[in-house]
Amino acid sequence: MSARRESGGAASPDAPAVPLGGSGRRRAAIGTAWIAFAAALIVFPVVFSNPTVTTIGVFTLVYMTSATAWNGFAGFSGYVPLGHAVFFGVGGYTLALVALHLKMAGGYAMFALVPLGGVAAAVIAVPFGLIALRTRRHTFVVITIAVFFIVQLLAFNLGFTQGSSGVQIPTPLWTAATFNDRFYYAALIVLALAVLVVWGIRRSRFGLQLLAIRDDEDRARGLGVKVQRVKLVGFVLSGVTVGMAGGIYAFFVGQVYPQFAFDPLFDVTVALMAFFGGLGTISGPLLGALLLEPIQQYLTLQYSVGSLYLIIYGALFLVVILAMPRGVIPTAGEYLQMRRARRVERADGRSPAATPSVEVAPLGRASR
Amino acid sequence: MSAHLEVEGVSKAFGGLRALSLCSLSVEKGSIAGLIGPNGSGKTTLFNVITGYVRPDAGTVALGGTPITSARPDEVFALGLGRTFQLTRIFARLTVLENMLVATQRKEGWLRSVARPAASSAEQRRAIELLDFVGLTRLASARAGTLSYGQRKLLELAYVLVADPSVILLDEPAGGVNPTLINEIRERILALNSEGKTFLVVEHNMEFVMGLCHTVTVMHQGSAIVTGTPDAVRSDPRVLDAYLGGGEEQDDDVAVG
Ligand SMILES: Nc1ncnc2c1ncn2[C@@H]1O[C@H](COP(=O)(O)OP(=O)(O)O)[C@@H](O)[C@H]1O
Ligand SMILES: [Mg+2]
Repeated sequence: MSARRESGGAASPDAPAVPLGGSGRRRAAIGTAWIAFAAALIVFPVVFSNPTVTTIGVFTLVYMTSATAWNGFAGFSGYVPLGHAVFFGVGGYTLALVALHLKMAGGYAMFALVPLGGVAAAVIAVPFGLIALRTRRHTFVVITIAVFFIVQLLAFNLGFTQGSSGVQIPTPLWTAATFNDRFYYAALIVLALAVLVVWGIRRSRFGLQLLAIRDDEDRARGLGVKVQRVKLVGFVLSGVTVGMAGGIYAFFVGQVYPQFAFDPLFDVTVALMAFFGGLGTISGPLLGALLLEPIQQYLTLQYSVGSLYLIIYGALFLVVILAMPRGVIPTAGEYLQMRRARRVERADGRSPAATPSVEVAPLGRASR
Repeated sequence: MSAHLEVEGVSKAFGGLRALSLCSLSVEKGSIAGLIGPNGSGKTTLFNVITGYVRPDAGTVALGGTPITSARPDEVFALGLGRTFQLTRIFARLTVLENMLVATQRKEGWLRSVARPAASSAEQRRAIELLDFVGLTRLASARAGTLSYGQRKLLELAYVLVADPSVILLDEPAGGVNPTLINEIRERILALNSEGKTFLVVEHNMEFVMGLCHTVTVMHQGSAIVTGTPDAVRSDPRVLDAYLGGGEEQDDDVAVG
């Protein structure tokens, strides 16, 4: 059919000739990398038993989870929320207040409250999303910030949150040698859950709809996508996961205060981690948090200046925006692909664009 | 023959500007209807009203007898009315195949949509079939943002077809497209029409419209002023008045009804 020749012949040179999903070998390599990464996280506290190091490890896992969950909404839908600290705080407060009222002693049972923090976050996320997601772009960002400040104000002023004195959380009577490890593995389980959720979303029909909304929401509406519902579900799933991370965080720290549980820098930090690694990728936010959170903790511990990291973050943010606006992972991925294409070209002695590849990329290719 | 798409007395004002005033139009089942008129005469706005993007101030729209005046765009699409946009709109960062799959219609709750993969193999096969139809199969795994302008028009046509609509609205399908591709688009429309699909086509390219359409409606200042066969419309004095009297561009700010 002549139609095929006409449009096929006009293939633009930057259309990827190599199917983006990659060959079986490349996928196997990516799978191996993920397994190695998971194994490294699992053995980490065994290798590094120093409590200072494992403390940083727990915080890092909490932020890896938060950045992953934040990106699972922001990176896929294109909506940038800056009020996810609401969910983080609600998760923490839920754990603290339930433990207080049930007069729980600190122990393993407390970890059962972590999912409850997620449920509480969902209860908040539904009305929050219904209001904020009626707007777009800048207005959306501003509304999420406004809701954040309202919730923080409530935490300061409501009776049951005990105002600015906050809530103490019972400390488990675990030995110093194993104390951090238990939190570490609990945090790792929540992280695994977060990654699985985001990975599942990316492969699902729902994820495809989120990505369509990112590219052109009105067009997606015109193709039958129920955009309000899709956005709300994405927002709530993301909030639930951040709520669980907040629960672990609060339990580990041992107390919740309005200004720490509802920290305006939380969203800035998490967004930077996602931007740094690569918005909308799965490994990007993990990498971002893995690099940035230890730096922050180290600087805070080393120089006991709590805000030194902000200067570093600011500088890093500028570097990323200017040098790699799409983040480390996509930039590195492109670089590797270019090198491979050039190698193929040299080996074949012809342009890779001339390769007739009718092979269809598997869906979910962005899950690098 | 019966009217499949029926627009009656639709009016729409943007501030003080009356984009549509008492516009009526009906498209017979299985026909290709053309919609022409000077720039700013309200053609795109009429499309927006029909497809649920713009709520009319007055009037009704019905598809196959079902009122769709206040339906949302996703509902209109699910009812079997697809459209393309004047300025082509595709999902630039998704692959061509993924673009197609966005349009796949499924009746499922949100939980299932989260849990189930983006496309079943049957849905993928159907998407590839349609890409075959418009000649884009080779580019299935290319990012849609890398397509040429004409290829985007074809992709937009293809993904509208995924839901197997009974009526397709095309807003300037030949605009800015090279002659070879215009012919391709024409052939696709004719092929689909012979399968029974109804078309309403906005187009400035007169040769294209007159050669393709069974009936042509002329719009002027927000109203449909003449409807008839291409030959009848061509020789109608009111049509000349509309084009010569209003002028192509100046018409944009004419607000008097
Ligand atoms: N969303 C809108 N807001 C304000 N004015 C609009 C809007 N959409 C269309 N118009 C105006 O309505 C008139 C009709 O426009 P349109 O339907 O695009 O005409 P056509 O497609 O026939 O060229 C124009 O004057 C245009 O500026
Ligand atoms: Mg128009």
